[in-house]
Amino acid sequence: MVEIGHFALVLALALALVQMIVPLVGARVGSQPMMAVAGPVTVTGFALTALSFTALAIAYARSDFSVANVWENSHSLQPLIYKITGTWGNHEGSMLLWVLILTFFGALVAVFGTNLPATLKANVLAVQGAIGTAFFLFILVTSNPFARLSPAPVEGRDLNPILQDFGLAVHPPLLYLGYVGFSVCFSFSVAALIEGRIDAAWARWVRPWTLVAWIFLTGGIAVGSYWAYYELGWGGFWFWDPVENASFMPWLAGTALLHSAIVMEKRSALKIWTLLLAILTFSLSLLGTFLVRSGVLTSVHAFATDPTRGVFILAILMLFIGGSLALFALRASTLAAGGLFQPISREGALVLNNLFLTTATATVLIGTVYPLAVEALSADKISVGAPFFNMTFTPLMVPLLLLVPFGPLLAWKRGDVLAAAQRLMVAFAAALLAALVTLIFIDGASVLAALGDGLAFWLICGALTDLAVKAGVGNVALNVSARRLVGLPRSIFGTAIAHLGLGLTLLGMVGTLCFGAERILSMHAGETVEIAGRALRFDGLYPAPGPNYTEQNGRFVLLNAAGAASGEVTSSKRFYPVRQMTTTEAGIRTLGFSQLYISLGDEGADGSVVVRIWWKPLVTLIWGGGLVMMVGGAMSLADRRLRVGAPARRRNKTVAAGGAGVS
Amino acid sequence: MTRKQKRLSVIVGGLVFLAAATGLTFYALGQKASYFYMPADLATATVQPGQRIRLGGLVEKGSIVRGQGATVAFAVTDHEKSVKVTYTGILPDLFREEQGVITEGTFGPDGTFVADSVLAKHDERYMPKEVADGLKAKGVWVESESQ
Repeated sequence: MVEIGHFALVLALALALVQMIVPLVGARVGSQPMMAVAGPVTVTGFALTALSFTALAIAYARSDFSVANVWENSHSLQPLIYKITGTWGNHEGSMLLWVLILTFFGALVAVFGTNLPATLKANVLAVQGAIGTAFFLFILVTSNPFARLSPAPVEGRDLNPILQDFGLAVHPPLLYLGYVGFSVCFSFSVAALIEGRIDAAWARWVRPWTLVAWIFLTGGIAVGSYWAYYELGWGGFWFWDPVENASFMPWLAGTALLHSAIVMEKRSALKIWTLLLAILTFSLSLLGTFLVRSGVLTSVHAFATDPTRGVFILAILMLFIGGSLALFALRASTLAAGGLFQPISREGALVLNNLFLTTATATVLIGTVYPLAVEALSADKISVGAPFFNMTFTPLMVPLLLLVPFGPLLAWKRGDVLAAAQRLMVAFAAALLAALVTLIFIDGASVLAALGDGLAFWLICGALTDLAVKAGVGNVALNVSARRLVGLPRSIFGTAIAHLGLGLTLLGMVGTLCFGAERILSMHAGETVEIAGRALRFDGLYPAPGPNYTEQNGRFVLLNAAGAASGEVTSSKRFYPVRQMTTTEAGIRTLGFSQLYISLGDEGADGSVVVRIWWKPLVTLIWGGGLVMMVGGAMSLADRRLRVGAPARRRNKTVAAGGAGVS
Repeated sequence: MTRKQKRLSVIVGGLVFLAAATGLTFYALGQKASYFYMPADLATATVQPGQRIRLGGLVEKGSIVRGQGATVAFAVTDHEKSVKVTYTGILPDLFREEQGVITEGTFGPDGTFVADSVLAKHDERYMPKEVADGLKAKGVWVESESQ
């Protein structure tokens, strides 16, 4: 089976080569049969990659330690789920997942792109094939997951205990679906540059693909953040770690792309900018892959360091980023530019959004790459952390967030800021009220915290105002506006829900950062500690066995005002003997939207234990907001207008419904 | 305003915005980036009291003293010089004697390094990169020890 997997991977490389060359030449010479090769080859390539991936997963599930990769990253005593997720919990396997998703997206384009112009489809799939070729080569040359060991070891070396968690099952696949999903936008852009024109089909296709990638990337980042929060035992949700930034940069650029694609779709303006943004977004995904996989950074994600890999990925990076940008420089001037427009308008607001988001992306990029550059060019070693990003990223985000509620309320072509402001009076009043309530009624609230709360409520109420205004609340009878609300296009709901999610995430951040409490102390069994008005009793440490580890469970009891037990929290330290590693399993109890977070430290000689306890108000909203943003994205995606070929049907339906649709 | 003036003002506005963002970024890099030192580097480097730096090296054997509550004192060494460090909080799971660590914080008035974060390597195979490079440059650490 393992050899079949290896063989399938080599075949997939061969097919990727065909997929790259034949349709490209076919589109050039106008040969229908050559262009028609692209579809079946792409789908077969996906099937082969899936076979290869399955072969590796089976080797993992069976604990076949004759495979070097399995031996290094698995153990026979691991629970089955971690055996399977261990498939991508290592460098080689995660690259295989990367190409699996790449070929999956290629196959989706091949299957659903039946009504794309033939040359466009051929070129898009050829570019996908080129990316595939590069990464298949990378895997086969530098990171073969199927290498055998002889004689086969009896027992494996275990998966890194930090990765033995359900997060590994969700975080990498979601993140890669996002990262690699942007490859489709990239391929569409490069194909448009090769053809030298941007046709209507191009504009219609880019937005849904951007949305799909964005939804998954949002989910991947949110899950990764929550995983780091509970697994590392530091209680933080974002560390501005270069590896986190690597996923955050494509998200920021992708968000900008999502918004500029709207302008392109509705007003056929900003075409060239959108195209460039699509190239840059995927370039940032590639840069992220390079930063994480090359070993230039030390982190949980850098599974192994091998200089040849770094050089190889750097070459891929330069080839694709340099190549696409060079093509852009050569060809952009031949593309028909879009129309001009008034600065005060929906388009203008979306341009402003792009200005802020791309600048923010640039600051994150500089903060991430600058230390590497300094280290390469001088003997100094520096690190850039939260203080830098607080000083640069935050001032860019605040005005952007202030402007968000205005955008959807401005009309296309020529907007009226005053009218929009009038409609936002209620939202503004609510935000002001939230800020005042925070300042007056919450002890120790700083002005900054109050403003943060106000900003979060401004976003949330602004999003609701958008829906209310479009449903005509206040202008028409309530039952009419309720009917209108239901009849609103889903993309309008999508916008409002996604912006609302942003507000919720901000609210969670402000709550956690400004109103959280923290205690670090050494506790004996039976002692009680007070935190944020709650009493917590430590009942002692109890050892327990696990499948491939032993753990010390620290039991804590939450006491109510009367001193009776009202809940239990268990915080553990696990020891994995194979890797001689200890991990912290934070004890978390969710109360409403807030959480009590307990992490255990070392045991003292006198039997006491160092305990770190946090009270994290509204912390779950940070990730909950991300989930809401995903729902918003999905709503937008479900809009009939985005379905290729659907506009005609929708028009008929609207007419039948009495023209209730508002757009 | 004419069409031309309007366009010009948009472009100028955009450039001013970008210039401000660039200026802020480089100012922040100058202010907020923290430098990495090994104990022996500190003899030649000038580090102001209160300036945030990262100090890396090995945890000196026999230097770990657990004090009152959650405060721990230990020494970071590169086998040339060593620096006393205090830290209040929970040490990383992989914090041990003779283990590579990076501590981040400031020097107190008495010359002790007061760390507010301590990073150890993520698993048993890897040393923090800066520490490994630094020790290699000093000839203290050889590749095979990493396994």
